[in-house]
Amino acid sequence: MKRLFAMIAALAGLISWLIATPAMAQDSLPPAPYAYRQLDDPALEAKAQDLMETLRCLKCQSQSIADSDAPMAGDMRSQVRERIAAGDEPEAVRAWLVERYGDYVSYAPRVTNLTWPLFVVPLVLLLLATALLWRRFGRGGDKA
Amino acid sequence: MIAEFGLAALWLAAALAALQLFAGVMALTRPGEGLGAAVRPVAVVQGALGVIAFAALMVLFVRTDLSVKLVAMSSHSAKPFIYKLAGTWGNHEGSMLLWVTVMGLAGAFVALVEKRLPERTMLATLAGQAFVSLGFYAFLLISSNPFERLPTPAPEGNGLNPLLQDIGLAFHPPTLYIGYVGLSVAFSFAIGALVTREVGPAFARAMRPWVLGAWIFLTIGIAAGSYWAYYELGWGGWWFWDPVENASLMPWLAATALLHSVSVLAARNALRAWTVMLGVVAFSMSMVGTFLVRSGILTSVHAFAVDPERGSFILGLLAINIGGALTLFAVRAVTVTEGKRFAPFSREGALVFNNVMLSAVLGIVLFGTLYPLIAEAMGAQVSVGPPYFNPMSALFVVPMLAVLMVGPLLRWRQDNPGRVGKLLILPLVAIVVAAGAMVIMGGVGVLPALGIVLAAGLAFASLMPLRGRSLKRTPLAIWGMVVAHFGVAVSLFGMASESAFSVEKLVAVRAGDSAQVGPWKVNLKTVQPVAGPNWTALEADMTASYKGGARVAIRPQSRSFWSPPQQTAESALVTRWNGQLYAVIGEQADDGRWQLRLWWKPFVTLIWYGALLIALGGLLALIGRVSSDLRRIIAREKIAYRRERQGR
Repeated sequence: MKRLFAMIAALAGLISWLIATPAMAQDSLPPAPYAYRQLDDPALEAKAQDLMETLRCLKCQSQSIADSDAPMAGDMRSQVRERIAAGDEPEAVRAWLVERYGDYVSYAPRVTNLTWPLFVVPLVLLLLATALLWRRFGRGGDKA
Repeated sequence: MIAEFGLAALWLAAALAALQLFAGVMALTRPGEGLGAAVRPVAVVQGALGVIAFAALMVLFVRTDLSVKLVAMSSHSAKPFIYKLAGTWGNHEGSMLLWVTVMGLAGAFVALVEKRLPERTMLATLAGQAFVSLGFYAFLLISSNPFERLPTPAPEGNGLNPLLQDIGLAFHPPTLYIGYVGLSVAFSFAIGALVTREVGPAFARAMRPWVLGAWIFLTIGIAAGSYWAYYELGWGGWWFWDPVENASLMPWLAATALLHSVSVLAARNALRAWTVMLGVVAFSMSMVGTFLVRSGILTSVHAFAVDPERGSFILGLLAINIGGALTLFAVRAVTVTEGKRFAPFSREGALVFNNVMLSAVLGIVLFGTLYPLIAEAMGAQVSVGPPYFNPMSALFVVPMLAVLMVGPLLRWRQDNPGRVGKLLILPLVAIVVAAGAMVIMGGVGVLPALGIVLAAGLAFASLMPLRGRSLKRTPLAIWGMVVAHFGVAVSLFGMASESAFSVEKLVAVRAGDSAQVGPWKVNLKTVQPVAGPNWTALEADMTASYKGGARVAIRPQSRSFWSPPQQTAESALVTRWNGQLYAVIGEQADDGRWQLRLWWKPFVTLIWYGALLIALGGLLALIGRVSSDLRRIIAREKIAYRRERQGR
């Protein structure tokens, strides 16, 4: 019985050490496993790559995490690849990152009550362009 | 001494710009007092003084005169000569000085050469040019004096951002600036024509070489910047929709539209108000671009000036110039009629379509670039990037490219579809074949696939205007159009192919190991340290062989600059006709393996070759237009001379 307890205690100790390690390791910086490593499955890697190209490196200036040597970009690449490898859909990963870092991290703006003009303006331009061309050519244009 | 000499030249140039404005306005409001005669000579001297001031700054940089604040802040004695020289414009003050210098030179050139327009229009044009210059002189002298001395000379300079120490980037800013400022001449012509209400074919012919010239420089500047980003940033991306890139793209879009509408005005005396409007918009976009880059409002690799005072100054200039021009336009546009009418199915019709689409793309790029700033002002951070810009601009670019296949084949004023249809058989076959190939291949994204299909059609359609012509007698301007449009197809194919078929390989290898990327086998022999004038580097000695062929030596480096301290990845490229191998060496892992990043990018170089073709087309058109204008002027003078003799 005692030995069982000892084993459980040792196991608990091991587990807590395993859990604690990533937090402790952040300062000593062994690079994240998938920062510079591709996923073995090319289809998944392509999925991850497409997603990474649309995520902003928060420590850089106007670069995606797929285009940056910054350690943080590497960490984020690793997170993205791990999640994709675990079977998450790209948009779910994006949502997860947006939840953690805010809208700023995604280069694909969502439609919110702040960003709606981004989507209305192209529509207005489209209508305006059509109207301009229509006005110019529409009314009995060919005999102008 | 040299710094003071330069500063004096700058003040004198500013004073002459004020005189040029004053004399121009006086001559327009009170003709007959003779002040108008002063405007042209003053413009020439002003341009010369600007050149002297800029030359003085170049001397200071070449000598690394550390008693001058700007030199101490952005140069270093150990920098290679060429980057000392390029350092002159690799900073805020120097690049603004370059701006006014080029603007002064352009004004001087107009004053010397342009004699076709009515003198009143010319006076108004040169006064407008002086007005815009004056704002930039004030900006330099009040808040960005490049010649400011330090109380005690610095022992050593701070150095230039290592990313900028590259031959591509040394000549990228001046190229773009010449383009930006060339558009200022178009702007001034538009103002001049609005003031005197002389908008017609003569005005369009006077303006066209400037628009063409500016557009050629912008095209080359953007292409060079893109290639620089591609090989220097070390990740193989060639366009990021970065605000600074957009800042250079926007004037290009407006200039492209203007280029086409000015042709309509010159040939058919139509689209008058629209052309003038675009002239105003094109230079406004140059100023908006300068504001975005120079004010430090953006945080980006390129934005090296962070100073709100300067930002507000440029914003003020922007408001005065653009606001003033638009007000003038609003007042005068009523009196400028649109000109001759035409049918939708005509050359003009296609060009109007091109203009509307380009303007819409410009609207999207402008709004998408500014929106994050607006959002930030409202207290929220958003990013707008490729997932927004790519599909939104494609919405307008795709129809535009479709019309581009037909447009150049159409006759002016009116045409019938039956005549043109026969010419489109070959392009249509190409489109069907390319579309079939895309379907069979499968797995290609929608936009890249569309790009390849359009490129295939356009490559053939762009050559069709040459059909039935004697190639020897085809005017240069037509050749220019054909070459430029063919360049669009080439560049588009490169973009689509890079996006669809690139292969990426990230590997960790030991010395002696190999890696496979696409058809390439890459072998890492050794990694050794090397040293340059102001950096040390780890250099990988590698070989690459294409499909088991001959081995090519490649040497990517990971460079560490020490002033300022920064690491850059110097990629190694192997160029074949059908694409590029791109290799980068990264860090060494604890187990001794080296991190390699390898890409095989099929036909990627076509992106820039296409852009060069576009610029070459512009150059051919420019030569063709200018020489035929000259011939016309000479012929007219001969007739006048003959008449004079007969009259006697």
